[in-house]
Amino acid sequence: MAGIQTDKTQYYCGIDIGASTAKLVVINSDNQIVAKTLGRSGIDYAKTAEQMLNDLTVTESLERSQIVKSFSTGYGRDNVPWADGKMTEIACHGKGAYFHFQKRMTVIDIGAQDSKVIHLDETGKQENFKMNRKCAAGTGAFIEEIAYRLALDISELNALAEASTKDVSLGSFCTVFAATEVLAKIRAGVDVTDIVRGAFNSVVKRIVEMDRVDGMLVMTGGVVANNPFLAKLIGQAFGTESHIVPYAQYNGAYGAALFAAEQARKLHS
Amino acid sequence: MTSSVELKDFEASKTMRVVMGKYFQELTDPARPKKIAWCTSVGPAELLRAMGFEVYFPENHGAMLGSSRMATDLIPLANARGFSPDICSYLTSDIGSYLKGESPLNKMKLPGPPKADVLVFNTNQCRDVKDWFAFYAREWNVPCIGVHTPRAIGDVNETIITAIAKQIEALIPVLEKVSGSKFDLDKLKEVIAISKQCTVLWKGVLDAAANVPSPISFFDGTIQMGPAVVLRGTQAAIDYYEILLAELKQRIADGIGAVEGEKYRIYWEGMPIWGKLKSLATQFIELKTAVVASTYCNSWVFEALNPDEPFKSMARAYSELFICRSDEPKEAYIERMIEKYKVDGIFYHNAKTCPNNSNSSYNMPQRIQKKTGKPFVIVDGDLNDLRLYSEEQTRTNIEAFVEQLSQV
Ligand code: SF4
Repeated sequence: MAGIQTDKTQYYCGIDIGASTAKLVVINSDNQIVAKTLGRSGIDYAKTAEQMLNDLTVTESLERSQIVKSFSTGYGRDNVPWADGKMTEIACHGKGAYFHFQKRMTVIDIGAQDSKVIHLDETGKQENFKMNRKCAAGTGAFIEEIAYRLALDISELNALAEASTKDVSLGSFCTVFAATEVLAKIRAGVDVTDIVRGAFNSVVKRIVEMDRVDGMLVMTGGVVANNPFLAKLIGQAFGTESHIVPYAQYNGAYGAALFAAEQARKLHS
Repeated sequence: MTSSVELKDFEASKTMRVVMGKYFQELTDPARPKKIAWCTSVGPAELLRAMGFEVYFPENHGAMLGSSRMATDLIPLANARGFSPDICSYLTSDIGSYLKGESPLNKMKLPGPPKADVLVFNTNQCRDVKDWFAFYAREWNVPCIGVHTPRAIGDVNETIITAIAKQIEALIPVLEKVSGSKFDLDKLKEVIAISKQCTVLWKGVLDAAANVPSPISFFDGTIQMGPAVVLRGTQAAIDYYEILLAELKQRIADGIGAVEGEKYRIYWEGMPIWGKLKSLATQFIELKTAVVASTYCNSWVFEALNPDEPFKSMARAYSELFICRSDEPKEAYIERMIEKYKVDGIFYHNAKTCPNNSNSSYNMPQRIQKKTGKPFVIVDGDLNDLRLYSEEQTRTNIEAFVEQLSQV
């Protein structure tokens, strides 16, 4: 590791502009998160990125010049004027997840609009990946839709699903049809906890049919960050324990920051 | 996003436009003396030409509807008439075009596709072609005849060849009746010899991509294949490919690649996404990745054609095709391609409305990766129906795949 800057005042930044939320992470030269923030992606990604970085530097008393390298990822990765490089969310989620466990693993990221399965070998090399089909099934959008149908706040779902005692299942692939099934269950007087559990089961099924799991199962993304019970169900369905990465919602941005740091080191070595 | 990269066209393309323009002009000229036969892409075109027909290939029109993106507005018209959105979108866009009376040919100041005097299919590729032709046969009250080739063929054996050769011969009486002229075996042999020459030259064009850097990409191929598709069996196609081949040789000698600074080489499995070829070509150039070869462009190589055995060799050439084979020969074929074209990874286009040309559904990508170590990416989309295509997902899938190839 010759020539690496170990000066703690040097930082690296990763920003993940996703379909609905934008996440920004600043790490130090030991790859530790020193600051992070989250906001809506909005309709002007460049503006969002600028605003978030600006706000963060103010609240955390950072000089922008201390951030020596920045990488962007997510849907808006091409729209961050101050990013020095970009990587896809596939690479970034893999990078972030591998950092924590350093093992052969399968990373499952459940995002707002899509889900991804990423296979990494024991050295962290990406072997394969898969994105869900262009449909909301098995994504955060599905869970949001169900919460809306049940007039619940998303934050209530995890506890409700966990409290369920019956295995209710929603059979349809399609989010709209599944929502209709929810209405039928409401009519039939099914307990709300069981309906939410059914919705979780539906996400589990969509994820399980996407791909296989090799090695350790690691989960990332905002959906499991807020619904750890869902991650548990996914692990059970695959017959293995699931591990949620620290700061799961920020994992893409964290991966981007790691890429930024890596590039800075390369340039200095 | 606007891109700064430029797609390198061939000098020869100017000639191609003239050649193709002339073909369509003659085909749609109301004063033409010849009868018109519609033919599927790997139907018995040689026989039709030998019998004096002007041959029209509606799949080519389907591709034009796709690349002009007219398909998107026309497909729903066919859907509304009972042609499901799940079946071939060449079929639905072409029937939509007929129903609306709008065609990309209009932009060339030509009337739409010529009315058929006879429709001749080969089911070696799919059943959709027969259903497609049957629609027009009902509309115009003209004969719809064809060859029923078995599918998922393992070994192309003598039994299959003999049966198909007989079916091709059996078309002759109807064709004689429609054309008003007698079948002439020598003429057929002559056309087959010319068609074979076209195949050899077209194969030469595709083979040039084995060079590093590749002077031609799959995206170029989808355009350059025009004469091989619609003019096989004519001198015009031969003359054109001689010009193109000379230019390719020059590019190789000068070290010019289709992709500036080529770093990675990809094989494209499946149909083109016609309405997105330009943006995809641009994205791959930006990623310094050359899509060097494809099953699709290779499908117009008919090496078995032999004038000494006209019917049997046509039968063999039409049945050896990748599309009507079982997974075993398909896999062996792709493995040969990986080696020949020094491919780093495979892109599978899973076209929703053409399962016949989509090979990612029966675990083939996983098997090939296991055997060759070459990674793959599967992109869901369609040949013509852009309602089934996600720009964002495709862009990310491709970018992530190239990132994967770039890992050291
Ligand atoms: S092979 Fe596919 S694209 Fe071609 S005609 Fe048949 S269904 Fe349509």
